[in-house]
Amino acid sequence: MSGYPEYMQASLKKVAATRPARLEKAREGREVVKAMTLAEREEVLNKFHPDYLPDARKPVRVGPNNGEEMTSRVVDLLESYPRINPDDFDLSEPDYDTDVLIIGGGGGGCMAAIQVANAGMNAVLATKLRVGDSNSMMSQGGMQAAVNPHDSPTIHYLDAIGGGHFDNNPELVQAMTMDAPRIAAYLEELGVMWDKDSEGRLMTESGGGTSRRRMLSCRDYTGAEIQRVLRDEVKNHPDKITIVEYSPAVELLLDEAGEAAGALLYNMETGEYNVVRARTVIMSTGGYGRLHIKGFATTNHYGATADGLVMAYHAGTKLLYMDSVQFHPTGAAYPEQIVGFLITEKVRGLGGQPVNKEGELFVFPLEPRDVEAAAFIRESTERSLGIETPTGRVGVWLDSPIVNLLNGPGTIQTALPAMVRQLKRFGIDMTSEPMLVYPTLHYQNGGIEINADTQTTLAGLFAAGEISGGVHGRNRLMGNSVLDYNVFGRRAGHAAVQRAKALGDRPPAKLHMDHVRAYRKELEEAGIPETSHAPILLPEYRNPEVLKKHRKDYDPFLGEFI
Amino acid sequence: MRSRRVGCIYLDIKRGAPIITAMEEKEVEVKEPAQEKASDENPKENLIPVFIMGKRFFVPESFTIITAMEYVGFQFKNAVGCREGFCGACATIYRLEGDYKLRTGLACQTVVEPNMYLAQIPFTPAVKAVYDISKLKPELVSIQRYYPEVFRCVACNSCTKACPQEIEVMDYIQAVKRGDLETAADLSFDCIMCGLCAVRCPAEMVQHNIALLARRLTGRYLLPRSHHLEERLAEQREGSYEKDIEELMGLSRKGLTKRYTERDLDFEVF
Repeated sequence: MSGYPEYMQASLKKVAATRPARLEKAREGREVVKAMTLAEREEVLNKFHPDYLPDARKPVRVGPNNGEEMTSRVVDLLESYPRINPDDFDLSEPDYDTDVLIIGGGGGGCMAAIQVANAGMNAVLATKLRVGDSNSMMSQGGMQAAVNPHDSPTIHYLDAIGGGHFDNNPELVQAMTMDAPRIAAYLEELGVMWDKDSEGRLMTESGGGTSRRRMLSCRDYTGAEIQRVLRDEVKNHPDKITIVEYSPAVELLLDEAGEAAGALLYNMETGEYNVVRARTVIMSTGGYGRLHIKGFATTNHYGATADGLVMAYHAGTKLLYMDSVQFHPTGAAYPEQIVGFLITEKVRGLGGQPVNKEGELFVFPLEPRDVEAAAFIRESTERSLGIETPTGRVGVWLDSPIVNLLNGPGTIQTALPAMVRQLKRFGIDMTSEPMLVYPTLHYQNGGIEINADTQTTLAGLFAAGEISGGVHGRNRLMGNSVLDYNVFGRRAGHAAVQRAKALGDRPPAKLHMDHVRAYRKELEEAGIPETSHAPILLPEYRNPEVLKKHRKDYDPFLGEFI
Repeated sequence: MRSRRVGCIYLDIKRGAPIITAMEEKEVEVKEPAQEKASDENPKENLIPVFIMGKRFFVPESFTIITAMEYVGFQFKNAVGCREGFCGACATIYRLEGDYKLRTGLACQTVVEPNMYLAQIPFTPAVKAVYDISKLKPELVSIQRYYPEVFRCVACNSCTKACPQEIEVMDYIQAVKRGDLETAADLSFDCIMCGLCAVRCPAEMVQHNIALLARRLTGRYLLPRSHHLEERLAEQREGSYEKDIEELMGLSRKGLTKRYTERDLDFEVF
């Protein structure tokens, strides 16, 4: 039985009718349709990528990047007032005193914490939800690492920097691609079960924009497998790592020299604020998908609200490429309950093809993500060859049944169990019918500027993972984010240990939040009205009709009376 | 009206809380959702009643538990995570009106049903052994040492029935007991560690943590090593590729663009 409504059946028949010819072509080689030239890529991006819409960007009026154009929603967030008043807090008696404070309990934070513990130092790992709750947990497709004989870190470097439109920081790409094989081995030693053949060869697939098969995977639970192992390892060091859950940081704390030396945590359960003093701080709070930029649905975790970006900016840390948003080409577009959910790029890596309403393969399936996404939008809008959903959305088909025809029966079931399970829950059998997809907000390409040691422009503050910028230029390739948080999480851990050691027996810092006062003053002087506050911590999904019935002097956002 | 065969517990929706009204199997009358829609108490069409922690709310019938709770005004500060079925933060237990069966699910992956009585389980109290993976052997004894309760399993299959991922939980526990860690790792691989198995287990095991240890031992010790990876690491220890990458780093944007567009595509692995 079909999982799709009656009116879509005619289009589905066309997809099935063109499948044998498309399969034939795919068997001949990978280039089922000619890939775009750089000029063609630029054209489709300029006309159809959401980053290039007229009001997509605007200049930010405060902070270290003053005057620079950024994604409009990000500017609104950076131009929001701090959610706390520094005068309300006594910072002289910290609740936690530690060597390294790690803010964010996803992949990057866990990786860093393990390094700190292994070096014999203490860490506080503060996180908004539970340890491991993060986008890291959700990545499906894989992690790039040049491990095959015909591949090399050099080719990986070229792929990554070309995919990023040559805007990547070369030093960071070097660190990432050269560290990759070592990270694969390191994770294996921790017990991560990479997909391997019976002789131990790592299974590799290709992804958008890669010129070799370089994607290591753990079925399509790659992120979950890595993250649950890292989380377990963090919990194996209870004497060194203090985990503080449900306690997001709301502002950084600086020392007398203006260097990062702690943070103010907000215990969401009890409402109290706790002071953490540390010799050094690692920021790894992840990205911003839950800002729903341009109204797009997102693949991101509930906690992805750019809190760390805001805090670091308040403290004077410079950001990079905050004008560039990654929309993943294949978010689910039907049924409504799973709109925006990630359909892993691995489907296309295994031979899945994007086809339009008429059953035509309209774009090379593995263009870099931004190009592929823009091509989907072009097909659905300008060319009107998308498929409308009952709720008024539009999407294109991602022909998945072809994967089994191409690679042998059972491939989908073995390689993509998470996808099969998820779609089955909502009535779609991806082994027999295609999926309906449309671009979805996926990744923060830019972020806090760092060097290869993850040092930010603020002394004492390191940053790792999606929160950082420069690694991926203006477009990240599949499998490089899992690699990113592992490589730079590890490097951040090492760098923080070095700094904490170098500070030696320096007396404990006298903490302050003068930067927060200064930031507020800057906002006021720029004439920006106090209509919103940040970091936002939680996305607002409550029914507006219910919020209307709240007390008027109660701010549901701040969770307090005003 | 339609009937549903039930066991010993009958949920009385009029009182808004589950009560035991019958101790033996019998047929009870259950309202059709369609009739519920038309009832006077229901303000809007296509809204259905669900009972969140015993309290009745009306929610759109196509919503998942998470979105339905947000619809009626809840803001999640826990018991929510990735919202896509990968993190296990939103474990939920529920019963349907007139049905004895205690059901389990993920709130982000389960669509509401009329007269569903639900409670979320944001946290599962569970023993988590502290160990140094590099000092363990990939054998049953390692698991036995930290989780001796694995031998208390009575093979009741409650864990398997509770699993929202449809994992054969009991089967992997049996594999652990046989010392077959690789099979246990394979069978448990899609586990998202929501803990619903551990909540339902009469032997009071923590299946998800046992499986995690089995997988880590398998990944580290039992899967064959990749020679290609070892060779690559050896090459890199010798300093291979450093010069090549530095050369690329030294190129102008134009030079780099040329190298990028001229790079060959090669997807034959070996």
